[in-house]
Formats: sequence, C-alpha cells, structure tokens
Amino acid sequence: MDFPVFHLDFLGNRMLIAMIAVLHVFINHSLAVGAMPLVTVLEWWGYRRGDQRWDGLAYRILTVCFVITTTLGALTGVGIWLSTSLVNPYAIGSLIRVFFWAWFTEWLVFVAEVLCIMIYYLTWKRMQDHKRAHVAVGAVLSLFSWVTMAIITAILGFMMDPGSWTARETFFSGVFNPIYLPQLAFRTPVAMVAAGWLALFLAFFFTRSDRDLRLGAVRLISLWSLAWLPFAAAGALWYWSVIPEWMAANVPVALGTQKFAAWYDQLLVVLAVMAATVGLAAVVGTLLPKRVPRVALLVPFAMTLVLLGSFERVREFIRKPYVIGDYMYANGLRVADYPLYKEEGVLRHATYTSVRSVTDDNGIEAGAEVFRLTCTRCHTATGINAVTDRLRSMYGPGPWDRDTVKFYLLGMHTARPFMPPFPGTEREAGALADYLLDLRAVTRPVIGAQDEGVVVPDEPSTPAEGGA
Amino acid sequence: MDPFPIPKDFLLPLPASPVDLQVAIVLLFLAHILFVNLMVGGSLLTLAYEVRGRRRPEFDLLAQKIAATVTVNKSLAVVLGVGPLLAMNALYALWFYTANSLTGRAWIMVVPLVIAAFLLLYAHKYSWQVLADRKGLHIALGATGTLLLLLVPFIFLANINLMLFPDRWLEVEGFLSTVLLPNVVPRFLHFVLASIAITALFLAGWLCRRRFDFESALPGLDRCETRRELLAAAFGATALQLVVGPLVLMTLPPNGFSWLMIGNLTVAVALGITGLVLLWREMGERGPLTARFWGIVVVLGCTVGVMAFVRHLYREEALAMHRELVAAHTEAFRAASVGAEMRLAAGVPRLGEAAAVASPGERTFRSVCMACHAVDEKRVGPPLTEIVDIYAGNPDGLIAWVKSPGKKRPGFPEMPPIRMQEGQYRAVANYILDEVFARAEQSPPVDGTTG
Repeated sequence: MDFPVFHLDFLGNRMLIAMIAVLHVFINHSLAVGAMPLVTVLEWWGYRRGDQRWDGLAYRILTVCFVITTTLGALTGVGIWLSTSLVNPYAIGSLIRVFFWAWFTEWLVFVAEVLCIMIYYLTWKRMQDHKRAHVAVGAVLSLFSWVTMAIITAILGFMMDPGSWTARETFFSGVFNPIYLPQLAFRTPVAMVAAGWLALFLAFFFTRSDRDLRLGAVRLISLWSLAWLPFAAAGALWYWSVIPEWMAANVPVALGTQKFAAWYDQLLVVLAVMAATVGLAAVVGTLLPKRVPRVALLVPFAMTLVLLGSFERVREFIRKPYVIGDYMYANGLRVADYPLYKEEGVLRHATYTSVRSVTDDNGIEAGAEVFRLTCTRCHTATGINAVTDRLRSMYGPGPWDRDTVKFYLLGMHTARPFMPPFPGTEREAGALADYLLDLRAVTRPVIGAQDEGVVVPDEPSTPAEGGA
Repeated sequence: MDPFPIPKDFLLPLPASPVDLQVAIVLLFLAHILFVNLMVGGSLLTLAYEVRGRRRPEFDLLAQKIAATVTVNKSLAVVLGVGPLLAMNALYALWFYTANSLTGRAWIMVVPLVIAAFLLLYAHKYSWQVLADRKGLHIALGATGTLLLLLVPFIFLANINLMLFPDRWLEVEGFLSTVLLPNVVPRFLHFVLASIAITALFLAGWLCRRRFDFESALPGLDRCETRRELLAAAFGATALQLVVGPLVLMTLPPNGFSWLMIGNLTVAVALGITGLVLLWREMGERGPLTARFWGIVVVLGCTVGVMAFVRHLYREEALAMHRELVAAHTEAFRAASVGAEMRLAAGVPRLGEAAAVASPGERTFRSVCMACHAVDEKRVGPPLTEIVDIYAGNPDGLIAWVKSPGKKRPGFPEMPPIRMQEGQYRAVANYILDEVFARAEQSPPVDGTTG
C-alpha cells in the first residue's frame, strides 16, 4: 500500500524469495552449522591418532565449505534481506522494528563467525605445530555458526506464532514464542545429518587413492550421522506437537500444493521412506563401510535436502494467511487496519494507485489496481500461481459469472483458510471481479514498479476525517 | 495533486532512539565501506600489478600477495555490510525500500553479481600456478571478477541517491533511469578513487611492516621503492578527488544543503589537503616507514569520518520536509484505523455497506457458499436442490458436514472444511433448508447467475 509494488509476473514473487532462501538454508545447514563441528571432529581425530591423512581430508572438506559459504552462502543470506524487502517491504520492515536487537546480536555473532572461519581456514597450514589451539578455533567457529542459526530460528518461529507478542509487543515476548525451541531442536540435528552426508560425498573424491582412509572415513562420518538421527526424529515430533491446530490444517496443501493436496497420505509415505533410507544408509555406513557403493553417498544427501526443503515449504506455508501471525496478513496489510479498508476501501488509502475509488466506468482499471495492491504478493496474472488458474480450477474455462467471482472473493478465507480475507469494500471486490473476468478473456501480465515506475492519483490518500 | 508521493510510515515504534540509530549508521557504514574500498582497490591493484608482471615477473608475486588480502577483505566487506543495512532498514526503511522497489531488478542482481565476482576472484587466486603458462586467460579471470565487482557500487549508489529525492520517484522507470539522475556517476568516480587511495595506503603499511620479511617474500623488489610507488598511487588518487569532489558537490540537488554541512565539508577538505601534503613529504623519505605515515593514516581517516558526517547531514536535511509530511499522514491514518476498529467493535454499521442483503443466513450464503454452490445447477459443488433432498429437516446433519466434509461423490472435488462463527452455521443451514425453497415458490431464487 505504501511502497511501489515490485512484481515478477512470470516467476512470482514468492518463488524469488523461495529460491534464494532454500539455497541459503541448504548451504547454511549442511556446509556451516553442521559441517564446521564435523570438520573439527575430523581434524581432532587425525591429531589424536597422529595421522596426517585425516588432517588432509578435513582440510579439503573445509576448503569446499569455505569457498561455498563465503560466496553463495553469505550472499544468499544477504539476498533474503534484499528479496524480502522488495517483495513485502511492509512485513520485513515491521519485523525489523520488533527484532532489531535480535538481528543486531546475530550480526555481531555473524561477524565473529566470519572472522573465525577466516582464521580457521587460512591458518590451517601455518598452525600445524599448534594443533590444539587450531582445533579450539574450530570449536569456537562451530559454536558461532550454531548461535547465528539459533537466533534466526527465533524470528522464524515468531512469524508463525507470535505467542503473547500481539498483546504485549515487546522484544522478549516475541523471541520466546512457543514454536522457537522445538524448531531449533529439529533444525540442529538435521543440519548435522546433512553435513554428514555431504562430507561423505566429498570424502569419496578426496580418498580416491587411499582405500584404507576411505573405509575409516565412511565409518566415522556415518556414525556421526547415525548419532544425530534419533535427535532429528525427536525434534520433528516435538515440533509437530506445538504447531497451532489451525496451521496443521494447512499442511496437506502446503506439502503437495493445492493440486496434489489429495495425495497427502502418499506424500507422507514417500517422505517417511526417504527418512528411513537416510537412516538405513547411516547404519550400513557405520557397520559395513565396505558395502557402501558410490551413488549411496549422494542419495542420502539429496534425500536429506528434499526433507529439509519440504520442511521449509511447509513452514512457510502453514503460517498463512499471516506473514506475522495475528498482526499482518500475507498481503502486507495489518489485521488492525482491515475495518478501515473494509469501510473506505484499499484504493482510498493506497499511496501508489492510478484511481482513488471505483466508479461506474472504471471497474477494470480499479480492479487491476486492487489486484496489484492486495493479491500480487502471492499471485501472478500469467505466471506461477496465476490467479486465473486458481479460478479456472473452480469455475472451468469460462466465461465466469461476475457475481459468483465477487462473492467468492468476499468469502474465500472461510473456504480457503490459508487466504487472507479480502480487505476492500464490496464495490472493490466487484471491480476486482471485473478485472479477473477481463483477464480471463485478454491474458496480460502485471508489470511491476521496477519496470514501469509508479503513479499517484490527483486526490491525496489522506483520510478525509482522519485527523478527527 | 501532491508534488510527490507521501506514503505512511510503519505503525510500530523504532527499536532505538533516532539519534542512536543515526550514530550507528554513520559508524557501521564507515567500517563497511573501509573493507569495500580495500576489496575493490585490492582487486584493481592486483590486476594492475599482474599485467605489469608479464614483463617483470617480480610484480607477479606482488600481485599474488595483494590478491591474498582481497580474500579476507571481501568477506569482511560483506559481513560488515549487514549491520548498517539493518540500521538503514530500521531508520530509513520507507525511503530505502521505495528506492529498492523502483530499481528492483538491478537491486536483486546484487546477489548473483557478487557471488559471480567472488567465485571468479577465488578461481583467479587459486589458479595462479595452474594457469601460469596461460597468463592472458588468468588475467581475464581476475578482470572479469573485478568488473562485476565494480557494477555493485553503481547499484547501491543509485539506490541511496534515489531514496533522498521523493520528488523524482514518479519520474523514474527502471534502474537505468535512476543511474542517469545527477550525482550517481560522479559519486561512483569518487568511490573508485577512494578505493585506490585507501588500498594503496593500506598496502604501503601492510607490505612494509617490520615483521614482514619483504626481501625473501618478494625477491627482486625493493621495499622502499615499492612503498614509494604505493604512496604515489595514494597521492595521485587523492589529488584527483580535488577535481571529482567539486563535481559531486555541484551535481547534488540543493534540498539537502545547510550551513552546518558546508562548515563540516570545509573541515573535511582542509584535512584532506593536509593529508596530501603529508603524503607528498612521506614519498620523499628513504628508509623504513616513519611516524609521519601513521599521521597520514589518522588525518585521512579523519577526513573520511567527517565526510561521512557531511553525507549524513545532507541526507537528514534532504529528507526533513518529506519526513514531516509522512509523519502527519501516518498519524492521521492511525487515528482513522483505530476509529474504524472501534466503530466495528461497537456494532455501528459500516459506512457504505450494501444493505440489500436481508437475513444473516443469506449474507453468509452469498459470501461463503455461493462461490461453489448455486440453487439448481452444478457449479464446483452440487446444486442446493440436491443438498435439500439429503438434509431436509436435518440442519444439524448439514452443519456437521459443512464443518467436516469428506469426499462423497464422483465428479466433484472434495469440499474444504468451512470455518465460520458458530451462529453462522445455523443461520446458513436454515437459509438453505427453509428460506430458499420457501421463496422459490413465489419468485426466482437468489442464485448468483444474474446481475
């Protein structure tokens, strides 16, 4: 409402964030949070046994982690900031106001983490004679990596269930939200397991000429993953038990998208089989390291990533219709402002719009503005999650009935609990229906402010009786 | 029409006092830009010395030493950027995010650009030996990485420039048009020169430090000669600022000028010229670094510090008027929003609500059920006629179904559970089972197909 509407009509705005964020989580969990303690353990193992080969293996694995985390890892982290501020500026700006000090602390830890990985990696060769001190650096680095994740998880938990924050609006009531600790208890062991599989995969390349070392590495790293797996399972159960009931109802759609929601049971089976495979691979690697074939090193890693990815998708989805639980809907509008919008209309209070109100002859244009302001954070006109596709799945190829669409818009949150209620007046819902019917007939993308700039109407948006 | 857009600000309090946040932005940004300068300047100087090393191999080693510093400095540049970004997103979110949206494509390109640049610079650094015989390719790797790195400040400068001028928000269309706004290109030159000066100064201190065994690390190079050359580069780049600086000042829109800013700027320029004089003298020295070198670092450091303060004064002044208008608009909106909330809680009917719909049941039916059900035709779900056949005289059965439906018949999608207030279930069940068909006998029913 108060920012130029950035919009990608083909990719969809959510997909932009999702791509960056999922890549970041994969890298962060498997190459930093989980990998740093594992590399430290490998280094320590080599030191204790006086075996230089283990030291070399640990260093090579760390090299891969170093190159990827300081490029893709760090920048996708920044990318989450940049993309969320483009897609939902009002939401991320509000979150920053509540969580500024958490993020600030996380940043300080992040600086320490980067300094540690620089020291740990770049002095590996130079500190060969001070191995104990170097291993200690690795341990501190591992701790910092985990702490940054622990802080961010508080914010993610808050977005799903603010707990008492909506009543108190204080920092600590936000941090200690009910979902925080279970989510952390789930993420931590999953990161460790993912790092184990990745290290196993890399170890395969780095031990090509040393069969003896390979066997030892497969056994030790498999044992690492195996040791963390029960904690992952326990964390998952705890996490599931604290998800608010109304959110749990969203899970079938979240996992399988609306189209495949009916396959929910089958999807669960697939995920369970994958989890079992990951567990079995860990057992085989620990007990029978010779039996582990090449591909077996990649499969469990890929499966762990799919499980992690599903978890993130579900987490992102089940918080709907909110972007900040009970405070702000996914469309970026505050729950508390709904009565005003319902009364006076969203066009009346939007900063950037070409029209201020719906008249008898501007229905399609006004509807397009309503669509841009209230729907485009999640829907496109022609691309991924296109609004016309959603309507087509309900009303067929058309032509559609205007009143049917209009009344659906006004009540869709009751039938689709993940949708925010329509914020505007009945007249605006009618204009939106006009636009949607027209969009069905003449398909055309919504162009974002990044391409065509912004306009303001002649009439200012200040509420007429606002100051009174 | 307003001469420029006046949006509403966030309706949550700032996390700290505005003054504290302003101090944080200025100081944290200085730390960030220092390492950005060292990263960009380091990449440029690596490239310059490697090219020079094709004729005189001793410079190739120097280039390699500089590249090693870039590895650390670039990561610190990124991580130290997050802090000021955070403070910026708290204090100037409204203006900053607006600029981000208007340059959206370029803004998000920062991420892949920096990733690509960093990966190329790693490839360059770690392939030094492997590509020793294919120097052209090796230099091309470094040059491409450096070039990508140089695009990034362009994007940032366009953004922090645009955010200061709400009167230009309506005229820009895409990133390129924001680069063409005055001040962006001069500031970019200002930045590149500063990067070279700061890096040359840093390297003069770093490579000529006492504990560094220069002669065995860089055989064929003379410590004094190298230092003098680096100091000369710092001097030349800083001296050029005497040309570029006024250009930056002249292209700045006048809305941010104040006497306080001009006064501080004068101090900064005086400090800069003092630094230049000291640099010139230090360049004439033979032998190890003198105490004067640290004097230069302090004086030029103060110059940069005061310049950062000047820039902050300009920003505050440029936004002052717009900020007041935004605050007034925000307060008016807050009052209106609270008013509407109270009216709703008190049960006062909404202004302008259509009073055409009669019973509560019909209202609920129209807004909830009608999306999928019509009276006598199949829509997404079956027609009401069929529903009445099943549930006539059994509203409780209908309510139970609506709360927790299953898949009953082929050819229809599964109905989702409907969440409403408790009273609405009863009202809509009565409406469907009694009212619709009672009325249907007299007049055409409400079925949503007309109008």
